[in-house]
Amino acid sequence: MTATDDTTRPAPRERATGSAEAGGAGRSGRARRRGTTRRLRSVPLYLAGVAVFLFSVFPVYWMVITALKPVGEIFTRDQTVFPRTPTLEHFDRVLNGQLIPGVNFWQFLGNSLFVTVAAVAMGAFLSLLAAVAVARFRFRLRTTFIILLMVIQMVPMEAMIISIFINFRQLSDVSGMQLLGNLSGLLIVYTAVSLPITIMMLRGFVAAVPKELEEAAAIDGAGPWTVFWRVLMPLVAPGLVAASIFAFITAWNEFIVALTFLGRSTDNYTLPLTLSYYFGRFGTEWGPIMAASTLLTIPVMLFFLFVQRRMVSGLTMGAVKG
Amino acid sequence: MPQTVEPAAEREAERPVRAPVTEPAPRRRKFPTPYLLIAPALILLAIVLLWPIVQMVWYSLTSFTTRNLLPNQPGPAWNGFAHYQSLLTDPEFWAILRNTVVVCTLMVGITMVLGTLVGLLLHKLPNWFSGIVALGMMLAWATPALSASLVFRWLFLPERGLVNVALDGLPDWLVGDGWLEYNWFLEPLSLFSILITVIVWQSFPFVAVSVLAGLKSIPHELYEAARMDGASAWKAFWNVTFPMLRPLFALLLVLQIIWDLRVFTQLYILANSFQNKDVYLLSYYIYQQGFSASPANYGMGSAIAVVMTVMILAVTAYYLRIMIRQGETR
Repeated sequence: MTATDDTTRPAPRERATGSAEAGGAGRSGRARRRGTTRRLRSVPLYLAGVAVFLFSVFPVYWMVITALKPVGEIFTRDQTVFPRTPTLEHFDRVLNGQLIPGVNFWQFLGNSLFVTVAAVAMGAFLSLLAAVAVARFRFRLRTTFIILLMVIQMVPMEAMIISIFINFRQLSDVSGMQLLGNLSGLLIVYTAVSLPITIMMLRGFVAAVPKELEEAAAIDGAGPWTVFWRVLMPLVAPGLVAASIFAFITAWNEFIVALTFLGRSTDNYTLPLTLSYYFGRFGTEWGPIMAASTLLTIPVMLFFLFVQRRMVSGLTMGAVKG
Repeated sequence: MPQTVEPAAEREAERPVRAPVTEPAPRRRKFPTPYLLIAPALILLAIVLLWPIVQMVWYSLTSFTTRNLLPNQPGPAWNGFAHYQSLLTDPEFWAILRNTVVVCTLMVGITMVLGTLVGLLLHKLPNWFSGIVALGMMLAWATPALSASLVFRWLFLPERGLVNVALDGLPDWLVGDGWLEYNWFLEPLSLFSILITVIVWQSFPFVAVSVLAGLKSIPHELYEAARMDGASAWKAFWNVTFPMLRPLFALLLVLQIIWDLRVFTQLYILANSFQNKDVYLLSYYIYQQGFSASPANYGMGSAIAVVMTVMILAVTAYYLRIMIRQGETR
């Protein structure tokens, strides 16, 4: 902040010189030469930009291209950057064959979709309730709750994996429900994991809805549920979509919990687990592996393009404002 | 908490709407509603994520193995600090801890520096061009960890991987020979190099895009003023950009450390086995103790997990400080 005070002062001087330069544009020779120099000087910048672009895109490109190459072009030392005879055979094998004996791709896709969509829907509902509480009410445990969310968000699943596994085994025994070896346990964990970040993201959206709107609706005789659904929901919906997509991507990519919870129950495997299993058994089949990797990536890419901006602001939460 | 919920529900039903209309102040006294609203989320979090943290500490002090999970078996026996003692005297653990810290530091350092440089670059480039570059970066960012790890394993595959083929194609006096058959995934140095590359590849876009957003928020006059005062680009960065974006950098640093400490999926695919303890990181070690070692040693795994959690919580404390300063907890 002190930087602002110290350095804004010379600004008018700069503006004055700037206009003087613009006024002297008639002597164009020097100005043009300067323009060329500037353009020349920006060449390295463009080159750096191209390098960053290639570095970012190339592995993805290589994944897709390998998936499109016939087996003969994969099993060779003569790797080409373009496929000579592109083919969809690997995609065909992934989509219509059996990645794991007895189970096909569509079942795994169904498992993944079911567990992620259901977890996101439940998470969104619970988060919205909590976000309303945090944004609209002052209560004694409010700050404690917020700090709790921040801490939980940070403690990684990788550290807790053993105790979570045992916890769910014991929960299964106590409740008589089978929570491991099928999708129900995963569903519960993914819902819980999505809560902290979703609540924190939604909180800002709820707070941005003017309280007067709700009060006006209440004066007009709307009950709390009507206010919630007809006034709050439409205004919070964009935030809900962004937070839900964020939760979707997290759950869609989740690996270690699925790995420990599902064990050998291959019927219930999610897509990442299927891919890892397939890689473990057929580690040299790079065509299908890359085709399946591509299929795993596509939904995330689409969603990413959709929420990209909000993702940054959601994660750095206000830090940009300084 | 659950006890306060019951009477809360009734009172809420009695006078749902009137309170906010007449006077806003009674909200402060009307505790039940907010507690009712956070209760479902809180209960779920408590059962699924909080209780296991407590359990983790308890298990680390017991000799918990798979046997104790079988029906009609006694619970795990108290073991004191034996696990911690054997960890602290075990050179293998210290090597893994050291590797984790070194690898994580490199990941975070490279990601932050590269991300910041790219952010600055995007800021300097014209909009149309930086838009294209950012779109490309989005692809790297969005690629699931599993897909990314598999692609990098394929790129560095002995015999046929593109990197090996390309290195083999380069003149021997430049890079040496024998690259074609070189197996990157056996030795810690080469394996960790690839691991760091994967992580940096996936995480620098987030840093770059955040820094870019931050840069756009800095008033342009500050840079013009710095230039008039004869400051070089280097000085302008350290005297204008960095102080202005300090909270952002602090936050990015914390997030990166926490995300990179937990790296598991990428290592699981790249190492592709639990045989070589030289290439373990903490999270990998925890998983191995709990689910790959035979018999599974839950007690020891939990002790390692406690060590990792303490490291994470130390960083989280710093994160909380930033958040509280920014008023995010208010």
